[in-house]
Amino acid sequence: MSGTETPTLESPASPRTRGSKPDPKPDPKPDPKSDIKSDPKSDPKSDKRRPARGATAEEMSQRQREISVSEFFAKNRHLLGFDNPRKALLTTVKEAVDNSLDACEEAGILPTIRVELMPLSETRFRVTVRDNGPGIVRKQIENVFGRLLYGSKFHRLKMSRGQQGIGISAAGMYGLMTTGRPVVILSRTRAKDPVHEVVLKMDTSRNRADIVSDSERTDDAGIFPEGHGTQVSIELEGKYLKGRQSVDEYLEQTAIANPHARIEYRTPTGEEILFDRAVAELPPETEEIKPHPKGIELGILIQMLERTSATQLGAFFKQEFCRIGPSVAKEICASAGLSDRTWVKQVGHADAERLYQALEQVKVSAPPTNCVQAIGTKTLLAGLLKEVKAEFYAASTRPPSVYRGRPFIIEAAIAFGGALDSEEPSRVIRFANRVPLQYQQAACSSFKAVLETNWRNYGLAQPRGSVPVAPLVVMLHMASVWVPFTSESKEAIADYDEIRKEMRLALQECGRRLQTYLNRRRRMARQGERRSAFLRYIGEISKSCGELTGRDAKAVYDALMKQAEAKTAEFDLVLDDEGRVVDDGGSLAKDEGVVIVESRQTALTSPVEGEGAAPPVEGGTLFADSPAASTKRAKRS
Amino acid sequence: MAKKNAANGAAAATGRVGAKRPSDERTLGRLVDLGTKVSTESVAGSDPFVDIPTRALSNTNWNAKRRILEMGDASQRRNLFNLGQARKFMQTLLIASGCKELIEQGKTLSLRSMYYKSLHTIAGTKEKTFADQEESDPIIEDLEVALGSLREELHVFASERGKVVGNLTIIDNGDEIDLRRMGTGGYAIPSIVEPSVIKFGKCEAKFILHVEKGTVWARFNEDRFWQKHGCILTEGGGQPPRGVRRLLRRMHDELGLPVYCLLDCDPWGHYIYSVIKQGSMNLAFESERMAIPDAKFIGIRASDYERYGLTDDVQIALSDRDTGRAKQIAEYPWFAGKKEWQREIQTLLRNGFKMEVESLITKGISFVTETYVPQKLAQKDWLD
Repeated sequence: MSGTETPTLESPASPRTRGSKPDPKPDPKPDPKSDIKSDPKSDPKSDKRRPARGATAEEMSQRQREISVSEFFAKNRHLLGFDNPRKALLTTVKEAVDNSLDACEEAGILPTIRVELMPLSETRFRVTVRDNGPGIVRKQIENVFGRLLYGSKFHRLKMSRGQQGIGISAAGMYGLMTTGRPVVILSRTRAKDPVHEVVLKMDTSRNRADIVSDSERTDDAGIFPEGHGTQVSIELEGKYLKGRQSVDEYLEQTAIANPHARIEYRTPTGEEILFDRAVAELPPETEEIKPHPKGIELGILIQMLERTSATQLGAFFKQEFCRIGPSVAKEICASAGLSDRTWVKQVGHADAERLYQALEQVKVSAPPTNCVQAIGTKTLLAGLLKEVKAEFYAASTRPPSVYRGRPFIIEAAIAFGGALDSEEPSRVIRFANRVPLQYQQAACSSFKAVLETNWRNYGLAQPRGSVPVAPLVVMLHMASVWVPFTSESKEAIADYDEIRKEMRLALQECGRRLQTYLNRRRRMARQGERRSAFLRYIGEISKSCGELTGRDAKAVYDALMKQAEAKTAEFDLVLDDEGRVVDDGGSLAKDEGVVIVESRQTALTSPVEGEGAAPPVEGGTLFADSPAASTKRAKRS
Repeated sequence: MAKKNAANGAAAATGRVGAKRPSDERTLGRLVDLGTKVSTESVAGSDPFVDIPTRALSNTNWNAKRRILEMGDASQRRNLFNLGQARKFMQTLLIASGCKELIEQGKTLSLRSMYYKSLHTIAGTKEKTFADQEESDPIIEDLEVALGSLREELHVFASERGKVVGNLTIIDNGDEIDLRRMGTGGYAIPSIVEPSVIKFGKCEAKFILHVEKGTVWARFNEDRFWQKHGCILTEGGGQPPRGVRRLLRRMHDELGLPVYCLLDCDPWGHYIYSVIKQGSMNLAFESERMAIPDAKFIGIRASDYERYGLTDDVQIALSDRDTGRAKQIAEYPWFAGKKEWQREIQTLLRNGFKMEVESLITKGISFVTETYVPQKLAQKDWLD
């Protein structure tokens, strides 16, 4: 933790005493030293006047107590993505927006989200995120926003952005710790109900929230024009910068992966940015699934056995797992030396272990895949098209696949050329369940898949062990009921062979389409050269012919011009369709996963590599100043 | 140039034979045919082309019966609508129309002047019709073979090289020139020596001695070799240009004079002899008018080193390139069947060194004119 944050750590002390709660006892395990400093009253040394080395078991037992999850994360906030002020600001926006999108989609509402970053001082911001979601019923507000590990998403295997129920409460906790300011929540569930305004403060030791104030507001119903929605405001210590890993980038990428959402964004400098809706359909709803026999571990099996409502083993397997029918259940029980009639309560640890092994070995079909929904090539293209100004777009959605019993879908999309910088390494943007992943790129399976794809095969320059150096944006998306992140801050997808393989295949599909396009473009450039060469010489030739024969050169000239045009008809097609889509009559034109924006294409006659003519967009972000206009120019939208 | 034009101007006034030639009508007809063919093809909507016979070893046939090199039937089609050929196609027609103009006006131009004549920037571009003379020379040769008309028939000539003196009088464009009275400088052989330009007068020579270069020729001329032995003395400045070869051939044919060659003892000397005797690969189409299958090679021979007791000093070591070239020449079909030539080249390779004609100077300043050549001729000691 940086030094600048240390003083602010003390500030929450005053509101805490006002709350008339006992001061949290210092937690002796993680970091005794800092505890001593922050709370000298409870310092064991000053009380007992005895060296710590000689502590007796009794004395130690007095200090041994439960650690609340909130306390643990308060001390280890980097695990949740609050490592530094800049990242804290991003994580806060991200958690709030992800929650909003999840809530809207689950309620079947096309999301409209407003994000405001209000600078309060150089290092302090108020983050306000408002959505048009279903709202939160009053009694759940303090749970949703005030408790860590409280949520609807952890206990089920269903595709959603959030997973653990840590995010937004952790952001509130971080805000409280760094500024001492509580979280303000406005929520309305129905137009005829009042707007609830709840001010919450986290109590880290009890992992719950204290309500500072709770009121109903009827006056300013205007903030939820659709009659329902939620707004959360958190004040926090943060730092705003543009560029990579910024809030701007997060929202831009979110807009790419969620073109069904409308996102309004007010930057700390007062700039209004709109990421408009590009598709008017919600992503299809996903089914919740039960665990697949291949995807669990022994401990989880034991836990499931303890919690199940089934009384007999056969029923337990049928009820708690997917893809297990009566005969398979029987087979499992038999190979574990048990019967499907065995009482669940009588299954001991050794039995559980045998059942686990039986589960590992039994042959079952892959889990159902209706629980994962891809963004879809069309939507992916619409998203990329409105946020990245390129000339060629291709997307590919792989069929569902399975890792550790968990279904997943990999999608890839690329944008090439146009305003993208051809001198810089390509940009890789990664998504998991439609959420942008902005940190730990090198550790992420997606990034590795981009590296190990041989882009040279598709006509791009790729230095050894690097991403291609080309005007290229590569997008990878993993949709799954459970995305295997490398850490709780959800920054990188863990390496599984099955996942990496699908990523590679998706990228290769896109690459092949790019290659087709590049080849065609080269061919057109060549035709252009030919055409101009012929045109140059036809004048000389017809003149010479005229001199040789003593007849009119015009007839020869006209005839040759006609021929030249016919012979370079392919090039003509491009010239005539300027500004519109070029139909090459081949595979690309019929390909659903490809969009070509001809008007963004520059200098047809120059070689592919020399097309960095358009100035690179500042700061690496590529906000479309008029997304709608650019979409119109495209083939499909 | 200036000399030529002046001569042409004079021709009109004096009624001498001007640049108008009997071949002109035929050549003009061929040029017009070319233009008509291209025009017709263009208007008919097909890709216009010119077929150009291939000028390379692969398309050169050794006619053992006639003992000359002949051009084969292989030709390359030059199309307009082929990116690699479009420019050359344009240049071919440009040169053709330039030649037509020359013939019509009864004027001639050198290769270099022809380059300038056809040089301009293509309208609306920054591209020149020809980048340099290197680009225009081959196009002229292409046109020669494509039309079956010689360069001189197209009124284009190369820069002059080569000299002649001897017991012969010639009439050059109406001027009578006594080759016995040419002093030390000799008569420069013009590029075009067709009968329309050069006619033969009184001849007292019995044979022709052709030497490789000017220095050796000067030695023979100073010693009045041609006078003593009653011959014509020529040189070609290394590889003889077409004018020299054509003149040799005409003297051989029309005056019935045998041709003897005195060249260096190295692969390049051997190849000069080969070109004089049976024609060159590049101009195989002209062999018929140039080659002298009866020409003899009198030296220098590789065996002369021992035979005349030359010293080590005259040896010039064979380079790898020389060795490779010598082996290549030995394999040419027109050398392959000749045992004596195979032996000669083997001796050269075994010696490991080459010798210039000048090496004989070590035996005495006039050894080559007074002893070497007369001896060889008397003994009929030559290679065929």
